[in-house]
Amino acid sequence: MGEKKNSIWIFGDYRNYFQNRVTLQLLSRANELAGKINASVCAVVLGNNVSEWVGEYIAHGAQKVYVIEHPQLENYSIETYSFLMEMLITTYKPELVLIGATMFGREFAPKLAKKLKTGLTADCIGLEINDDGLLVQIAPAFGGNLIAEIVTPECRPQMATVRPGTFQEIPHDYNASGEVIRIALPEYLPEEKVRLISSKRWQKKGQKIEAARVVVCGGRGMGSKKNYKNLFELAQLLGGEVGATRPVVYANWVDEEALVGQTGKHIRPKVLFSFGISGAIQHTAALSNAGFIIAINKNVNATMMKMADVAIVADTNQICSTLIKELKKRIRS
Amino acid sequence: MKNILKIVVCIKQVPLVSELPWDSQTGTLQRNLSEGMINPACKHALEAALRLKQKHGGHIVVLTMGPPMAKEVLYEAQAMGADSGILLTDKAMAGADTFITSYTLAKAIIKKCPDFDLVLCGCSTSDSETAHVGPQLAEELKVPGVANAHDLKLSGKTLRVKRLSDNFLETLEMDLPGLVTITTQEFLPRYVPMQGIQKAFDEANIISLNAYELGLDAEKIGTKGSPTRILNVYPPTAKKTNIILRGSPEKIVEELFYRFDDKIGGAIGKDLKTDE
Repeated sequence: MGEKKNSIWIFGDYRNYFQNRVTLQLLSRANELAGKINASVCAVVLGNNVSEWVGEYIAHGAQKVYVIEHPQLENYSIETYSFLMEMLITTYKPELVLIGATMFGREFAPKLAKKLKTGLTADCIGLEINDDGLLVQIAPAFGGNLIAEIVTPECRPQMATVRPGTFQEIPHDYNASGEVIRIALPEYLPEEKVRLISSKRWQKKGQKIEAARVVVCGGRGMGSKKNYKNLFELAQLLGGEVGATRPVVYANWVDEEALVGQTGKHIRPKVLFSFGISGAIQHTAALSNAGFIIAINKNVNATMMKMADVAIVADTNQICSTLIKELKKRIRS
Repeated sequence: MKNILKIVVCIKQVPLVSELPWDSQTGTLQRNLSEGMINPACKHALEAALRLKQKHGGHIVVLTMGPPMAKEVLYEAQAMGADSGILLTDKAMAGADTFITSYTLAKAIIKKCPDFDLVLCGCSTSDSETAHVGPQLAEELKVPGVANAHDLKLSGKTLRVKRLSDNFLETLEMDLPGLVTITTQEFLPRYVPMQGIQKAFDEANIISLNAYELGLDAEKIGTKGSPTRILNVYPPTAKKTNIILRGSPEKIVEELFYRFDDKIGGAIGKDLKTDE
C-alpha cells in the first residue's frame, strides 16, 4: 500500500467509551470517504495507559494511530489537549479532522478550530465528499426547521463534530494491522489555566430514557404543565419513560433531564408516542433509532406526523386520557 | 471603577418560537415567529452575572450582535439589572459563522471593556445550537474558558465552576479574567415586572457600534470573512407513508390497540388487543 496523499483524522474520544461509540463510528465513515480523496484514515490518542484504545481503533479501521502517552495527560483537559492537537495538525496537515459531538468534543473542537483558524460545523448528521473533493458537512440549521450542507472551501483542515449514532461502526477485526506513531510529550506545555479540582461519575436516577423500550414524548401541543404531567401516568402504564422537547423544558413543565433532542438524550425505543410535537430537527435528530412511532397532533401536516408510522389527528389530551383509561382496562396481570 | 467586578454577558436575540412554526388549530405559520426574545441560555447567563453582582458588587455590560431590532434584548437585559448595553450592528456583520462571530465579539470587548474580569455566555442558542461561540471567544480573548457550567463561586479573583460534561460532574477552578458558558439547568432568570421594562426603555444606557467604529475590515467579517460556506439548505425529508387515524378518541384508541398490538403490546409484553 503506497503512501496516501491526504489523511482523515479522527480524535480518539474514549473517556465515555461504553456510552459513546462515536470514535468507532467516525473511523467507519472515514473509511468510506477516504477513497474519494485518496486519504488514509488516522486516529489520534492522547492520554495515559491508552494502548487498549490504540488497538481498538486499529481493529475498527484506523490505518495509523498517532499517540502521545504521558501521566500528565491522565485527565481530559481542554487547554493541554487542544495545544497538542494543534501541534500535531500543523505538523502532519490532515485534510479532515472529525470529532465526536460528545460534550467534551463540542467544547474542544471549537477551541481547536479557532487555534487553527479554520471553519467548524457543529453536530453533523451526515458527511459526504462532493465533486470538488470538499467535505460536505450536513447539519441542522435555522431554528432546526431546515438542514444545511456546509463546506469549508479554503481553510484547512476541514473540521466537523458529528452526532453520536449517525454512522455504523465497522465490526472489530482482530487481524487488522496499523501503524502506531508515538510522539513524545513536548517539554514545553502551556500552563493549565483551568484546574481540575474534582471529577466524579454522575449517576442518573431511575431507568434511563436512552434505554427505555417505550418512550412517551410531549411537546408544547400538550397545552399546559398539568396536561403534560398526565404523560407520566401513561408512561408508567406502558413501562416506559417520559421525554420532552426544548420548549417544554424552557417552560419548566419538566426537568432538562427529560430533553430528547440534539443537545439532550438520543433515544431508541421500540415504540415512541409523540404528543403535540411539531418535529423540529433538533428533536427529531434524536429519534433516528426509534422503532414504531405514533404521533398525536391536531395538525396533520406537522413534520412529526409525517415521520410517524401512525399519525393520529386529534386532541392530544383526549387521546392521552383515553389511552390511560383503556390501558388500565386491558392490562390485568 | 478600578476594583469592582466587571462582567460582560454576551446575549443573542433568537426567534420566539423555534419548535412550533405551525399553528396547530389552523395549520398556518404563526405570525409571532417574527418576534424575538433573549436566547434562554443567555438569559440564565445574565442571571448568573446578576447573582455575582448581588454578592460581590460590580458592573454588568450586556453585549449583542444582530440587526437593529436586537436592541430589544439589551433593554430587557437592563430591566433585569444589567448596567449598560452594547449593540454591534452592521450589514457587513450579517451572515457571520461562529468563527467570525466570536472574532467580532472579541474586538468589541477589547475595545469597550478591556479590563473585564469575567465573560459569561449562554452555553448554546435555541436557533443554531452550535455551542461554538463561548469556547471560541475565550480563545480569541486568550483567557481560560469553561463550558456548560451550572454553579459559580467567586472568592477574590478565583472562580470555582461546577459543570456536567459527558456524565462527569466536574469542579474546576480558574483565575480571572476568564469566560464561562452557562446552561439552563440552574440560575432561573428573575421575573421582570412591566415597570422595570418601561424604566429600562426610559433610562437605557445603550451604545451602538458598526464595523467601522470597531475598526473592522468589512471584507473580513460577516459572510465574507467566514471560513464556512452554506452550499444548500432544504427541509428535512419525511421518511415514510403512514397511516392516519381520525375520529373519536375511543375509536382511535380501539383501532390503535387492535391493529398494532404486535408493536405496542409486543414492546410491553402484554396483549392489548381486547379489553375482555
